[in-house]
Amino acid sequence: MRVPLSWLREYVELPAGVTGREVGEKLVRAGLEVETVDEAGDGLTGPLVVGKVLSYEPEPQKNGKTIRWCSLDVGNDEPQWVVCGASNFEVGDLVVVVLPGAVLPGGFAISARKTYGHVSSGMICSSSELGLGDDGTHGIVVLQPGEAEVGTDAIELLGLRDDVLDIAVTPDRGYCLSIRGVAREAATAYGVELKDPAALTLTGDGSGGYPVRVDDAEACSVFVTRTVTGIDPKAPSPRWLQQRLVMSGMRPISIGVDVTNYVMLELGQPIHGYDKARLSGEIVVRRAVAGEKLMTLDDQTRELDAEDLLITDDSGPIGVAGVMGGASTEISESTTDVVIEAAHFHPIVIARSSRRHKLSSEASRRFEREVDPELPRYAAQRVADLLAELAGGTIEPAETVVDTHLRPEPVSFRADHAARVAGAPIPVDESIRHLQAVGCEVAQGNDAAVAAPFAVGASTATAADLISVTPPSWRPDLRDPNDFAEEVIRLFGFDNVPSVLPKAPGGQGLTVAQKRRRRIATALVGAGLTEVVSYPFVGDADFDAMGVPADDARRTTVKLANPLSDEEPSMQTTLLPTLLRTAERNVGRGATDLAIFQTSLVFLPRADSKPAPLPSVAQRPSDDEIQALYDALPEQPLHLGVVLTGSRTPTGWWGKGQPAGWADAVQVARSVAAVVGVEPVLRNVELAPWHPGRCAELSVGGKVIGHAGELHPKVCQAYGLPTRSSAVELDLDALMAAGPSSVSAQPFSSYPIAKEDVALIVGAEVAAADVEAALVEGAGELLESIRLFDLYTGEQIGEGKKSLAFALRFRAADRTLTETEVSAARQAAVQVTVARFNAVQRVG
Amino acid sequence: MSGPNKNYDPVEVTPLHADEVERTRDEALDAFAKAADLAALQEAKVAHLGERSPIALANREIGALPPQGRKEAGQRIGSARKALNDAYAGRLAVLEAEHEERMLATERVDVTLPWHTPELGARHPLSLISEQVADVFAALGWDVAEGPEVEAEWLNFDALNFQPDHPARQMQDTFFVDPAGSGTVLRTHTSPVQARSMLTRKPPIYVICPGRVFRTDELDATHTPVFYQVEGLVVDEGITLAHLKGTLDHFVVSMFGEGLEARLRPNFFPFTEPSAEVDLKCFVCRGASVGNPDRPCRTCGSEGWIEWGGCGVVNPRVLQACGIDTDRYSGFAFGMGLERTLMFRNGVEDMRDMVEGDVRFSRQFGMEI
Ligand SMILES: [Zn+2]
Repeated sequence: MRVPLSWLREYVELPAGVTGREVGEKLVRAGLEVETVDEAGDGLTGPLVVGKVLSYEPEPQKNGKTIRWCSLDVGNDEPQWVVCGASNFEVGDLVVVVLPGAVLPGGFAISARKTYGHVSSGMICSSSELGLGDDGTHGIVVLQPGEAEVGTDAIELLGLRDDVLDIAVTPDRGYCLSIRGVAREAATAYGVELKDPAALTLTGDGSGGYPVRVDDAEACSVFVTRTVTGIDPKAPSPRWLQQRLVMSGMRPISIGVDVTNYVMLELGQPIHGYDKARLSGEIVVRRAVAGEKLMTLDDQTRELDAEDLLITDDSGPIGVAGVMGGASTEISESTTDVVIEAAHFHPIVIARSSRRHKLSSEASRRFEREVDPELPRYAAQRVADLLAELAGGTIEPAETVVDTHLRPEPVSFRADHAARVAGAPIPVDESIRHLQAVGCEVAQGNDAAVAAPFAVGASTATAADLISVTPPSWRPDLRDPNDFAEEVIRLFGFDNVPSVLPKAPGGQGLTVAQKRRRRIATALVGAGLTEVVSYPFVGDADFDAMGVPADDARRTTVKLANPLSDEEPSMQTTLLPTLLRTAERNVGRGATDLAIFQTSLVFLPRADSKPAPLPSVAQRPSDDEIQALYDALPEQPLHLGVVLTGSRTPTGWWGKGQPAGWADAVQVARSVAAVVGVEPVLRNVELAPWHPGRCAELSVGGKVIGHAGELHPKVCQAYGLPTRSSAVELDLDALMAAGPSSVSAQPFSSYPIAKEDVALIVGAEVAAADVEAALVEGAGELLESIRLFDLYTGEQIGEGKKSLAFALRFRAADRTLTETEVSAARQAAVQVTVARFNAVQRVG
Repeated sequence: MSGPNKNYDPVEVTPLHADEVERTRDEALDAFAKAADLAALQEAKVAHLGERSPIALANREIGALPPQGRKEAGQRIGSARKALNDAYAGRLAVLEAEHEERMLATERVDVTLPWHTPELGARHPLSLISEQVADVFAALGWDVAEGPEVEAEWLNFDALNFQPDHPARQMQDTFFVDPAGSGTVLRTHTSPVQARSMLTRKPPIYVICPGRVFRTDELDATHTPVFYQVEGLVVDEGITLAHLKGTLDHFVVSMFGEGLEARLRPNFFPFTEPSAEVDLKCFVCRGASVGNPDRPCRTCGSEGWIEWGGCGVVNPRVLQACGIDTDRYSGFAFGMGLERTLMFRNGVEDMRDMVEGDVRFSRQFGMEI
């Protein structure tokens, strides 16, 4: 809502000299979101005067333009000679002339200057040059004949210096979509009287106007018509009116339309004007019938929905109520008799129609936020008055008033409720004063009063504790005790509320999972990885690039109805696509040695999911309903993704570097598991996007928790990553859940250690981890630790074989081991590998 | 040197003469003192303290003396040997120290050289700031609550007093989950976690909820469709707006420094009533830039205050929908955008830097914000 300060001043006696900025500040403190204050005409200095065109000579130019060489009477003895590029004026017209020495908005200084072969001593101004915005004429401003004396100061005349407050009206403050509403707030903020622009004398007789029937009283509780006949459709809207429309962000069109818009801005009541000659029969307000169509004012034919509320006449639909009128009955340049509609529509009906037709109009924006239902008769009167005054119309005293709207009921709550909500000592009489200031009627001592719900202590309040407050008609948002408390507290001043830190009962700090997540992230950073974030949106192209087969479960996704991009309609089921794209971007920017990670949810649809219910908000949903809400959601486990590219250690003065490969990826996965005290079981698997021979599956307690390894060469290629880039993806929730809940300390032996090395030749396909497990099993409880320290393949041991060398460490808790004991344990260990893998001990 | 004493000649045992012992000792002391390095000292030791050294040989002659002469000779030789041993040890210590010093000097390296173990990586600042916020409130005894990102519409809107056709619901620019009518959305704020907290816990409830949220905004310098919020919720007996202010003041001080405070400006949110915007006293100029063109402040645009978030007293209708007795309990809630917080707190100028995943962005923060 754009509010020119001059317009506001008409209804509120603001302190003299107060600026738009200052008023804005005050309104912000009162709870209006004043986004900007435009200082129209800021920096404008005269002389800027009214001039009369004495003569002009059209002079065609080489560039195809025709300029006019004009002489003007600006109130001096001598005519003023200027060059003008516009042609929308005639001799005798009154125009606005800026003279040398003046400065136009934007710091545009005017001097006599040579142009098109003349010395132009000033300029005839257009609307935008005056800072008034485009008036649609593509020419200069031409004043009405007799509008002003020649030589009059045009800055004053046209109100060129004005501040305009741009207010973002929150959904609960529909009444502030009007000068009237903002004036009310300003009056309260400054503690001055409001001159209510709706306080008009009604001249209608309340009956006998243009016939109207309302079939749906719930959707349309008020419908008022007034008729004005004999207007001059060619009568121009007066400058002040046009100016206010322009400053408020609307384009002047014709007197009929301008007046309805003006009244809407002033009072907040949307008005629709019909050309009476084009109406046929009774106006009927009813819901649409499926299949009905209407061509709206914007010349679009719209299919109507059975839920749409329509204004109709004998010809059929002539408007979507509260949203947009129809083209067939529109006021035109030949309209002389106007039927004015001022109605009250249900906000939800209008909101739905507006959304359904993707049509948000000035009218619908207001109706959606609910308009004062007491306004229609006054607004219709105001339109009629203005049409009579400005366009020479005659107001018919006959008036149609259909009015079934309910007056607001009083709400009773504790007199000190606002103080209880605020935690501040707001005296009861002050509370009442503030409530009255926003337009409420407050009654005290009503023995029959019953405390409204939704207030602390309501059930124990006696009638003597209560006040009964009736909200004003323009505040449908005031319905619960806290709504009224807000009004009191904002006028009391949020700044006057004390600051008290509440004491929480002792908490338990972060949860185990929260702590583990932090430790994992810290460990990854310690290992040189950098955390990144990315969007969770993916599409088929991602799965294709990763080589994910068509029947892979990861392609079954949660899809968005309105994705940002049709290419990426799905929520991620794996972190790798977006992480690979992030890696691609980094590599593209020169970071070829990359180690990045991200933790994020993935979204796994449930096969049997049903739509989420929408339980009543009148009480807590039942446990079944709550369960149904949860069950409607996909599973959303937290995943960790890692991508490593390029070198893990660089080449340097110490020698050759190491490329980041499958083993680094697997090690990252192992380390992450180790952070939470888990030792995963590994095995080779084939899974996209990994290299079929270089992908480790990690599992804990038989449950797969993720994969790590080298990426498939085609995937590296698809994402422009260095060859042998590798990646990890782990289900962190599953991993963290597998961590021990507590660790019990074991005593450790102080007897000497016995070291034994074992080299075993096994088939190349045998997993080192399995051989190790066999050794551990065979060695028994004397084994303290085991470590694979060498891997050999080559001629010495033959094709299809490999040699694995392990360092075994034995120790007993209670004695020094004898050589016999150690060698027996070693032999037992080897024996298991022989039995299980046909292992052969390698000697020497 | 004399050979072994084969003859019994108690009078003529020259090496045991006082003069001779003294001479032998002085000679040895001189040799030790002159030994220039450990090898020379070792040589001198063999010569003057070894098995065949004069002093050792002299010692063997003692037995040849008459009993009455043995004591005196023994003392003489013993004291000479002690003197030699002391001298040797002293010289050895000096030479060893010199040797070590020389060795260490030759082992000097250039400690500024790089090494190949990976350097420390970095957290993303959004994670760091989330954790910092969580810690501020955990220290107050609050729990850190979390919830899913694909959320039931009812929890995202209805439970929070967003009525189905209310403009406030339209203003949220929601991503809807396919198919229409699934009743699920990408959560548009972290507030459904509040609803979940109220549905699953009994008052007193003190929770802070950091998390990722979604709106259908296009990415530009100041907007991103995927962003992070943090919300706090308290439901307890006797909770008032004053408690909200106290909590916000504490939060401001914890995040931005002593002496700062929050300011509330009335506003509208469906889930709180009264509702307010939270402004933060500018932590850079502390208001000194207001009306002072000589000291403009980029952080607050010389306004003195920085818009930070929204807050209010929990609308009792929200408590009702979540099964909390509005007659007994009241609450407050507040929420902030973490990207915005990083922008003004840490001088991040472009929202896109935060979401593009360029490692250079995270790395400038490391583990600290
Ligand atoms: Zn500042």
